[in-house]
Amino acid sequence: MSAAIALPAVRSRRARLWRRYGLAGVGAGIVLAWVLVAAFAPWLAPWPPDFVDVTNRLRPPSAAHWLGTDALGRDCFSRLIFGARISLLAGISVVAIGAAFGTLVGMVAAYARGLADAALMRLTDLVLCFPPIILALAIAAALGIGTRNTIIAMLVVWWPKFARLARALALVQRSQEYVEAAVVLGLKPARILGRHIVPNAIGPLVVLVTLDVGNAIITFAGLSFLGLGVVPPTAEWGAMVAEGRELVEQWWVATFPGLAILTIVLGFNFLGDGVRDWLDPKARR
Amino acid sequence: MLRTLVTRLAGAAIMAVLATLVIFLIANTVPGDPVLAQLGDIAASNPATVLEWRAKWGLDLPLWERYGIFLQGLAQGDLGTSIASQRPVLDDIAQYAPATVELASIAFALALGTGIPLGIAAAVWRDTWVDAAARVISLIGVSSPTFWLAFVMLAVFYGGLQIAPGPGRLDPIAFPPEEVTGLFLVDSLLAGDWEAFHDAAAHLVLPSIVLAAATIGLITRTTRAAMLEAMGQDYVRVSRAKGMRESYTILRHVLPNALIPVVTLGGLAYANLLAGAVMTETVFSWPGLGRYTFRSAAALDFPAIMGITLVVSVTYLLVNLAVDLSYALLDPRVRR
Amino acid sequence: MTASDRLEAQPQGVNRPPSIPPTLEVRDLRTVFLTDAGPVRAVDGVSFSVGAGETLGIVGESGSGKSVTALSLMRLLEEPARIVGGSMTFQGRDLLAMRPEELRALRGDRMAMVFQDPMTGLNPVIRILRQLTEPMVAHGRFTPPEAKQRAVGLLGRMGITAPEKTVSRFPHEFSGGMRQRVMLAMGFANDPALLIADEPTTALDVTIQAQILDLLRQLNAEFGTAIVLISHDLGVIGAVCRRVAVMYAGEVVEEAATAEVLADPRHPYAWALVNAVPRIDQPLGEDRRLVSIEGAPPDALALPAGCRFAPRCPFKIARCETEHPPLAEVAPGRLARCWVTQAGQVLPRAGGAGFGGTRAASTATEPLLAVRGLVKHFPLPRESLFGARRVVHAVNGIDLDVARGETLGIVGESGCGKSTLARLITRIHAPTAGSITFAGQEIATASPAAIRPLRRRMQMVFQDPYASLNPRMTIGDILAEPLVAHGVVGRGAAARERVRDLLSTVGLNPAWEARYPHEFSGGQRQRISIARALALEPEFIVADEPISALDVNIQAQILNLMLDLQQRMGLTYLFIAHDLAVVRHLCDRVAVLYLGQVMESAPAGALFARPLHPYTGVLISAVPVPGRTRVVLQGEPPSTLVLPTGCVFRARCPIARPVCATAPPLAEHAPGRWAACHFPGEFAHGEMGA
Repeated sequence: MSAAIALPAVRSRRARLWRRYGLAGVGAGIVLAWVLVAAFAPWLAPWPPDFVDVTNRLRPPSAAHWLGTDALGRDCFSRLIFGARISLLAGISVVAIGAAFGTLVGMVAAYARGLADAALMRLTDLVLCFPPIILALAIAAALGIGTRNTIIAMLVVWWPKFARLARALALVQRSQEYVEAAVVLGLKPARILGRHIVPNAIGPLVVLVTLDVGNAIITFAGLSFLGLGVVPPTAEWGAMVAEGRELVEQWWVATFPGLAILTIVLGFNFLGDGVRDWLDPKARR
Repeated sequence: MLRTLVTRLAGAAIMAVLATLVIFLIANTVPGDPVLAQLGDIAASNPATVLEWRAKWGLDLPLWERYGIFLQGLAQGDLGTSIASQRPVLDDIAQYAPATVELASIAFALALGTGIPLGIAAAVWRDTWVDAAARVISLIGVSSPTFWLAFVMLAVFYGGLQIAPGPGRLDPIAFPPEEVTGLFLVDSLLAGDWEAFHDAAAHLVLPSIVLAAATIGLITRTTRAAMLEAMGQDYVRVSRAKGMRESYTILRHVLPNALIPVVTLGGLAYANLLAGAVMTETVFSWPGLGRYTFRSAAALDFPAIMGITLVVSVTYLLVNLAVDLSYALLDPRVRR
Repeated sequence: MTASDRLEAQPQGVNRPPSIPPTLEVRDLRTVFLTDAGPVRAVDGVSFSVGAGETLGIVGESGSGKSVTALSLMRLLEEPARIVGGSMTFQGRDLLAMRPEELRALRGDRMAMVFQDPMTGLNPVIRILRQLTEPMVAHGRFTPPEAKQRAVGLLGRMGITAPEKTVSRFPHEFSGGMRQRVMLAMGFANDPALLIADEPTTALDVTIQAQILDLLRQLNAEFGTAIVLISHDLGVIGAVCRRVAVMYAGEVVEEAATAEVLADPRHPYAWALVNAVPRIDQPLGEDRRLVSIEGAPPDALALPAGCRFAPRCPFKIARCETEHPPLAEVAPGRLARCWVTQAGQVLPRAGGAGFGGTRAASTATEPLLAVRGLVKHFPLPRESLFGARRVVHAVNGIDLDVARGETLGIVGESGCGKSTLARLITRIHAPTAGSITFAGQEIATASPAAIRPLRRRMQMVFQDPYASLNPRMTIGDILAEPLVAHGVVGRGAAARERVRDLLSTVGLNPAWEARYPHEFSGGQRQRISIARALALEPEFIVADEPISALDVNIQAQILNLMLDLQQRMGLTYLFIAHDLAVVRHLCDRVAVLYLGQVMESAPAGALFARPLHPYTGVLISAVPVPGRTRVVLQGEPPSTLVLPTGCVFRARCPIARPVCATAPPLAEHAPGRWAACHFPGEFAHGEMGA
């Protein structure tokens, strides 16, 4: 009975893996590379980032200065390398603290219900009725410039979206049959939350966190660009673009820090997309 | 329907006032001191000057009293006087708003007009080069810092190729059209001034592309995801089983369902474009609300910040309301 | 062209004159799924034919290839499925040779299809009218005004009241049953020669199912449309189809007249299918165990060389393991793919396997569980700040007693409050009013902490085996968790020992404790769910539709397991189900719910033999049993947002009278027989099983 039927060939294993995880791998690679650059900045940078040499102002890229020099004769390549530290620090700390706080608020609201839920959710509504940039701008301006103050300003506008998502996820989990089973088995609320609700609700949060680091890096750089971020002469990508934005002839001053932001944010976005595909069973084939 | 509308409007008004309270508290409990920002170091070292200045702007009154005065003014349609420009905040906002509205609206149209078709194409030709291209475009869009993209655009098309006009809304030597709406495109048409229309339109090209870039990315991704979701639904298979053409199935069955989530995002995106114009306006020297916001924030000009916050959050709330109401048009399930 | 002409010209049955070609002729159809793991042969050499106006049923469990066959017929397969062999001829035209444009012209015109889920099959944002008329206009059979007129006419024919008004509505304004009528109207839009219906009633309640099956039968008779009906339920097929093809592992294993298969199956798999389901029209024996074949269908990637059913077959002979049997005639008009029956052997009648004695009637005087006046209302979220809240009246005053050691069955249509009742008794939800006394303790108002010690004595088994196990915990952790939480055993060796015990108790391999839920099939997961409920050695188990998500054969395995465990451990069950035959089979007493109230409660035998409440009567009558006349209950349960006044069943009751405007109390009409009706026992509908 087993008549020979010509079956189309199945895609090779390597091709399948590339399709499924390729982009995420590229993203992880970019992010990892930048993390290493940030960690080993003092060893990688050929010049100190703040080394001023007014005799060497605005030199185009050369063997001595791979990415040229800026208006104060500082080495752009070295500043770019040190800039990775600030961007990664700001992006990751804003998202990590914001996500942790927001998730806590959201999950507690979903579990407590009633008045606590209503109060916490009205609070998030209140923050969410401002456009984030405007609010962060106002707060950053009021707090005064400085990396820490800018991060604080961003945190104020950052946590509510995590609170919203965490609450929605926890509410979905509450009505899952395995959570009901845990109630019937007589488990204590803390265990139900910790062992049954959180682990199953965490997936979409992880996706949002990964995608959001890129967002936070862009926003932080934007605030720096406006002069509300780091204190000069700190090497920071947004501030470096600002220093070079009038210098169209000396294009290298503003172009490379911007490209650095673009690549690191792309890296986090690829990674986030990959994590989403990996966590979403519907996207798997 | 009407009752829902009234309740929602009342809710939005309450939220807007609460929003000003938040900003007021933030502005007045943080270390930044407007005195220093306004008077400069030398004047600020004279205690008498400082005291006089503080009294003039009511900064010597207790916190709640100052907020009371702000609310009182608000009730009479008065948002106070800007410390920096010495003009009523409302006048400032009225002067700068049209430029931003014009820019944001063009950028919004561009984002929808590019993002939705791109998202549809990516979903229909899923896993082909079309999908890959759409993905790359949208990812680069959301990953590019606006301020840098603005610089690159200006450097390439104005500085390098010299095919685009420079910063600003019009040529420095051109006269703006007679003001009716403050939107140059509309005003120049009303005045029949084709030269001004052409000039204004040319000046809008680069900033609107820059402003739209991130939104194009978001809308493409959302449209693609919503289309794929809808294409997996049973009613699509039913439509095919009925023998309907594939193009008909996509346009008449899939698209109306896929547009529902896109509308939410679109509404939010428009509000964010209004706000996100800060960077774009700074680089393009665009005399709009964004630049005004930035200047007020940098100068700790609190009356102006309060006014902008109020206007922006009211816009935000109204856009949200409009989104909710437009659901009713798209989705019969939420009609009552 | 009138439909009845065609019907007369081409009489039903297999003995059609050879000169007339069949409407649909399928030969050796092969469809594969090109998965990453290799090609899966979903349909592997299927042949059948359907003459004009004939009805053919295709039956099989999930994964047998019946739905893929249906999609192959319509050429509606999506990636990665592909037809790789065979031929399909529709009205003399080769379906496989058709260009996409020709296929499109055929679909929805001469050949239509109705899908399983009416809730998702209609586009939510398009009015019913357009969804109905678009195929009529697209295929050029009607002008738009004609199409509109026809749409209204068809809806009326499908039993939708006031069709002129309803056509302009949106799908969400319709109930599931109404939507399936709309889907059927859509299928008949262009008066097709063939209608393929893929599980059209699976998502519906038994009373609505009866209405739809009735309708299908009438439409076949009236329009002469040939019907291919796909179902997992032989009863459903028996209610509509003359002939049936039984599918297993991608093949047809038996094809014959439906009545003959039901009475005397000639393939062991068909035999198992017929006997795995309790029949409502047959007497109950002492032995409640059902025929269940062990194991699961073969892995489609590694099919056995011989008969594909051999690994599970109780009748297999040596030849079955090595040689693949052909589909051959075993009797006139009867085909079977089995070496055993082809050799002339007859498969035995089911029953008589021996069960440990008679079921002891409960003698306890004090009930283990007593429920009095139980009420649960769910307020819906506020629509606006000032608007009044709407309330779902899920449970509206239920009184129940469950004696130690007995099984109480709870039946009713969806929305009758049976699942809410389960969640109130187990105190997942807190009741709005009323009392629940369990083992002498009041638990309706007790705090969660106060109930926690009682949880050891009362457990629950859930409906959905895919949702009731935490996907991120191993089976071992899932089973050990309650033991550790209640301090029954410490962590480590003692817990592991107990977990392995539990696994073997429910018939699973103890070595599987390190696996995750997704590695198990639905039936195995339900066993795990039962093991978890047993972990704390409870006396009382609430089972909320524990078998309704499973294939019939697996259902039989789980029911047998539950019977076994009850016998061995003296368990008391509250068994919630919508399948009346199963309830009759398993339960000592039955309570019938409607709109959150008890309509009737009685010993199972008496209730099914002579129902006192008219609702019980129509529910029993709605169960599809071939050859039985049925009373089809019209209409659907009313909304639970506003409760009707008087008797809640009055609006649909076939014997309602003016006095029913006052609500009848639940009264005892004979010893142990309670009914809430002014006219108990007046509604008769012919003989039920004894």
